[in-house]
Amino acid sequence: MIHFDRAGITYDGSDSPVLRNLSFLIEEGELCLVIGHTGSGKSTLLGAVNGLVPHFTGGTLTGRVVVDGRDTAQYKPRELADVVGVVGQDPLAGFVTDTVEEELAYTMEQLAIAPAAMRARLEETLDLLGIADLRNRALRTLSGGQQQRVAIGAALTAHPRILVLDEPTSALDPTSAEDVLAAITRLVHDLGVTVVLAEHRLERVIPYADRVIYLAGDGTVAEGAPADILVRAEVRPPVVELGKLAGWEPLPLSVRDARRAASALREQLPGAPPLPCRPALTDPAGAPVMTASGIVVRYGPLVAVRAVSLTLRGGECTALMGRNGSGKSSLLWALQGTGSRVSGTVSVGTAATDPARLSPARARRLVGLVPQTPADLVYLDTVEAELAQADREVSSGPPAEPARDILDRIAPGVPADAHPRDLSAGQQLALVLAIQLTAAPAAILLDEPTRGLDYQAKASLIRILDQLAARGHAVVVATHDVEFVTRACDRVVVMAEGEIVTDGPTATVLTASPTFAPQIAKILAPLPYLTESQVAAGLDRVVTS
Amino acid sequence: MTADGSSRSPTARTRYRRFGLAAGGRRLPRVLHPVAWWIWALALGVAASRTTNPLLLLLILAVLCLVVAVRRGDAPWARGYRFYLVMALTVIVIRVVFRIVFESGVTPGDHILFSLPRIPTPSWYAGIQIGGPVSLEAVLSAALDGARLACLLCCIGAANTLANPKRALRVLPGALYELGVAVTVALSVAPQLVESTQRVRRARRLRGGDRRRLHALRAVAIPVLHDALERSLLLAAAMDSRGYGRTGTATRASRRLTAVLLLAGMAGLCVGAYGLLDAGMPGALSASGFAAGSAACVAGLALGGRRVSRTHYRPDPWRWPEWVVTACGLVSAVGLCVTVGYNPAVLNPSLYPLHWPSLPLIPAVAILAAALAALVAPPPPAPVPADRSVPEPQPVLRDLAGAPR
Repeated sequence: MIHFDRAGITYDGSDSPVLRNLSFLIEEGELCLVIGHTGSGKSTLLGAVNGLVPHFTGGTLTGRVVVDGRDTAQYKPRELADVVGVVGQDPLAGFVTDTVEEELAYTMEQLAIAPAAMRARLEETLDLLGIADLRNRALRTLSGGQQQRVAIGAALTAHPRILVLDEPTSALDPTSAEDVLAAITRLVHDLGVTVVLAEHRLERVIPYADRVIYLAGDGTVAEGAPADILVRAEVRPPVVELGKLAGWEPLPLSVRDARRAASALREQLPGAPPLPCRPALTDPAGAPVMTASGIVVRYGPLVAVRAVSLTLRGGECTALMGRNGSGKSSLLWALQGTGSRVSGTVSVGTAATDPARLSPARARRLVGLVPQTPADLVYLDTVEAELAQADREVSSGPPAEPARDILDRIAPGVPADAHPRDLSAGQQLALVLAIQLTAAPAAILLDEPTRGLDYQAKASLIRILDQLAARGHAVVVATHDVEFVTRACDRVVVMAEGEIVTDGPTATVLTASPTFAPQIAKILAPLPYLTESQVAAGLDRVVTS
Repeated sequence: MTADGSSRSPTARTRYRRFGLAAGGRRLPRVLHPVAWWIWALALGVAASRTTNPLLLLLILAVLCLVVAVRRGDAPWARGYRFYLVMALTVIVIRVVFRIVFESGVTPGDHILFSLPRIPTPSWYAGIQIGGPVSLEAVLSAALDGARLACLLCCIGAANTLANPKRALRVLPGALYELGVAVTVALSVAPQLVESTQRVRRARRLRGGDRRRLHALRAVAIPVLHDALERSLLLAAAMDSRGYGRTGTATRASRRLTAVLLLAGMAGLCVGAYGLLDAGMPGALSASGFAAGSAACVAGLALGGRRVSRTHYRPDPWRWPEWVVTACGLVSAVGLCVTVGYNPAVLNPSLYPLHWPSLPLIPAVAILAAALAALVAPPPPAPVPADRSVPEPQPVLRDLAGAPR
């Protein structure tokens, strides 16, 4: 179906190719997963499937890419639209029309499909993706998961034989992501559509994949069955880590397979893990840095945050979880003082100051916030200029620690002359975090920092957060990523409908609910193990005793 | 209004039913063809532009309001009529205020209302006087002039309210399809820009916010522009992948011929229009210019459209209600343009001497004919029920979460 024959891609103005000498064949009806670090060329590979690379992006393609018998060198993306459907990362950015129905019809209109057939196909697609009740809705008013399903539907109405999806779930909460992935697997199984999918959070998709293409980052590629590739790859979901640790053969890829293999392991491990999932707090009874009580945020008739009270301690990293729209962002913005707050009090530090009553410049010295799109905060041409500007912005005098030093401490190796927008998502986040830390706030709030980060970037974010907590900052991270929370946070607060539903230590909260549990907890339940290092320590104890 | 008008009293409901006004009437609710609404509204606009008779203008406004109230849908664009009314009122007020401030000469018989202190203007500014006596006649003529303009505005507003502007673009001939898409995309960029400006400005405060104006402008403008650029690239890539611009089998020669025909047609139309405006030109020349120009344009569009292979999903049908609505509008335009059977002076009543304007019968009937559209047009579809299965707030609201009040 898709044949890469010694294909290589070099972008204009770059000396080394992004991808080189790729040769593989994706058969009809396969779900092919493309994995690799940020910047390893996943998007380039996906773009090459329908000819966007190089026709749209520029650059040079060597070798041949043949899709359904058509060579992409001769066919432009628009001429492949009847064979390849494409769904991007941000569905809203790719919508051409306003309403669900018109969007679904758009590709068919371009392909000049007869109106009667168009009508029938559209109805089928609405049912296939479970979006029939949305048909007249405006696209902008849909939730992220609904938008992504509409985008998939819009690609599907043309009856393409190949569907290319570039990180379709990166912006979604776990439930919406499940919906989207369920829709994709249904397409593979019921319609035999060939799917090429790039995804950071492997744990969700790997059980469904028939084939994995691993981009090592140096332009080379490894391709084969999921279990074979994952043993070698640097990016691995927790279930595979556990399988490797326990020496299971064949390597289980889904929680179900692993659980069946794990009965011996469960008996072998001590009942209580010898290690906590995270090193204990330096000072468990640290002084409260921020106390909020009765916070209410509302936008017209919509109550976003409903009388929430929260105490944050220095040295503690708190995860704020909950589905999209449960009020996480509104709460963070209200705590920082910039966001609106109808009622409630916030007091920070020993002086019990309310940041909302201060000027923005003084409020950020109490509470720093890194918004969902960190790039909104940077506007200069180089990292260096941005850091110098950050130093100047500390109105109280020279900063305790210059922004450059902070950045080097939390994320060494960010080039000074690079354009902030050319940095990877992880580096951009570190830059903005360094800018906010220059004001030396007592509390640091991060709104969905894990969005679009790969395993490596997440690991370095965990190191950064540990550093901040060790220096006595109170840290709050709003996130959907359970595996991240297990490793990064001491405490989990779950919100729903603007209220706090659960608040407790990570290990307790995450093992209590089956949906929020990390993979290893699901495999080893009822044993309260959360990370593979706990399992490794448990196995060590077994061996030594 | 609920779908069956149940919130109204029974008599009102039966009356609604009888005229097929309620959505639950015998006729199936559907959207009238947007072009029919546009022709109707523009024809009323032509009628309005012909007169400064306040009674006729009020009549036109009443017709517009009636039709909009009865036949608009529930879509976002259909809720903006009040905005047009406010704008219309503003136009009148501005016009009157300007006339009061910039005095424009008073004839001996004028009724002086009051007098403003005169402000001396420099010699190079001669000819325009600020302040001075204000006469009733001057104010009235400004108000009537403003009212005519306001009426025109309301006509455009009615068209925008009654018909989805983007759907109207879909009926453009195939050769102009690209133009239509460009306009549609441009229309959707505006709200996106507003949204990202709000987001960036809010984020800006997290950095303390530099108080220097130029700096602050840059700090907001650059991320917003980056955002817009990125989005437009994504959109272009998405459109390309979805088959936009599959040219089909147009040859170079046919493309050139299309361009030549269209250019010639435009030139012909220009000659025709010039002839209409310039009395010195022979009528035959302008008529032939018009005819040749239109023919060339139609041929060019047809030729250009032939190479475009594209279909329309659920095209709006053109049935008898569309014909009647269009005809209703045209009747009012013709009634006020062709001054047969009444004295043309009643359309623009003189203010000297001041007198109460009369309501001429034929123009009034012609305008009332346009109101028939309210009866003839099918009832709009029932509003889309709000999605009950998803309690999640809308992403737009989510994006604004935490926006400073």
